Amino acid sequence: MGYKTPLYDTHVKMGAKIVDFGGWDMPLHYGSQIEEHHKVRQDAGMFDVSHMNVVDIKGAYVRPFLGLLMANSVAKLQTPGKAMYTCMLNAKGGVIDDLIVYYMNEQWFRLVMNASTRTKDLAWLDTTSREMGGVSIAPRPDLAIIAVQGPNAREKIYQALGEGMRSETEKLKPFNATSIGELFIATTGYTGEDGFELILPGKAAPYSWQGLAEAGVAPIGLGARDTLRLEAGMNLYGHDMDETTTPLESGLAWTVGWEPASRNFVGREVLERQRTEGVARKLVGLVLEDKGVLRDHQKVICSSVGEGQITSGSFSPTLGKAIALARVPAAVAVGSRCEVEGQRRRLAARVVRYPFVRNGKSCLE
Amino acid sequence: MSEIPKDLRYTRSHEWIMTMPDGTLTVGITDHAQELLGDLVFIELPKVGEKLAAGKECAVVESVKAASDVYAPVSGTIAEVNANLAERPETVNKGAYRDGWLFRIKPERPEELGSLLDAAAYKSLVEAEDH
Repeated sequence: MGYKTPLYDTHVKMGAKIVDFGGWDMPLHYGSQIEEHHKVRQDAGMFDVSHMNVVDIKGAYVRPFLGLLMANSVAKLQTPGKAMYTCMLNAKGGVIDDLIVYYMNEQWFRLVMNASTRTKDLAWLDTTSREMGGVSIAPRPDLAIIAVQGPNAREKIYQALGEGMRSETEKLKPFNATSIGELFIATTGYTGEDGFELILPGKAAPYSWQGLAEAGVAPIGLGARDTLRLEAGMNLYGHDMDETTTPLESGLAWTVGWEPASRNFVGREVLERQRTEGVARKLVGLVLEDKGVLRDHQKVICSSVGEGQITSGSFSPTLGKAIALARVPAAVAVGSRCEVEGQRRRLAARVVRYPFVRNGKSCLE
Repeated sequence: MSEIPKDLRYTRSHEWIMTMPDGTLTVGITDHAQELLGDLVFIELPKVGEKLAAGKECAVVESVKAASDVYAPVSGTIAEVNANLAERPETVNKGAYRDGWLFRIKPERPEELGSLLDAAAYKSLVEAEDH
């Protein structure tokens, strides 16, 4: 018996296969993970991601606090509702967690962090806040998160939750948010599709979920969430990066806020050294050319350059072939061939740029 | 609870076996096995004419999340394989005991059939695994 989100009973009623996910009882699928995947790419689907850790940071020193802890620069967040993806690093530049920071107002920022890293994240935030003072750390287990994603997501949300939302949200650019009463609506997601992430009181979640279902939004389990995010080339914490790898070794250099050079965030020293000297390893995409499915931890053999490892391997329902993210020697070139050590034999694969799929379309050349 | 037809034989490794009028055996994976694996995306089958010893791995079923070996339930020679599965592996999810059969084997030692499980024994095995 694990933790349950406010939508647990709803999932069971809708026929979900429930699995343990980092201590939480979560829906894996509601019948077919692949059909759910296609539903999000072609229409609209919703995910219960209430297990994720919403933390409100408030106080006079919120900016310097997040400026110290986050590898990306909160100075980029100047208008209410603006969101930013970032890593939180240890002193060695290793990733403690990846998260989204939302700017609510000058003394209130909201973090959405991973569920599996909850305890260490909160300990890290608490320790630093005690040393600095001037900020309060408030986890919000009272809130639920429903991610509604897909080309028809917006229209179906308006249909379900009220046309009144339209004017407030229609012009929101990606990575922005707005509040309507107790409903927090963000144009963020983990699928590479249009859509919203809704943060709302847990008590209101079953009713809203029901309304969305009646508007034709399909419930989607964590199984499809994983294949959708992998196609979209989005990293998963604990797989594609962890405390032993830096953002530069994980395809996340774009998330580091180098300017201003005077901002001395935790881990900066190591990142600066890697930036000057180069990294030994990097993250690339793989597409399997043989039949089969790529799996986490399989060895990748790049002839004459060296060996690497798959960090996230699966099957892409959109492309109809196996794809993966892999950490390989930095000299491995996009377009080159490699081999993957499968269970029974070596499989032929090609090194590609990712994302693999964006807005329902293949990005492969 | 998954479906366990009464008139089939089973193995501890979740294959089902049906005796055909010509004496060959049709083999597939059980409904319980397909349910555990989830959506199948790739199936590797043995070659027709391949000789197998009982318990030898002879096929692979892969879902999005996991790969699983399929074992020869008895010794014999592969007489036929379900070629439709190459293009439509999901057939196994939709009908594990019908269109989702994997291969037919011509048994070498029919007495080996006696060591297979009946439906009741397989049902207790599945129930024991669920606890």
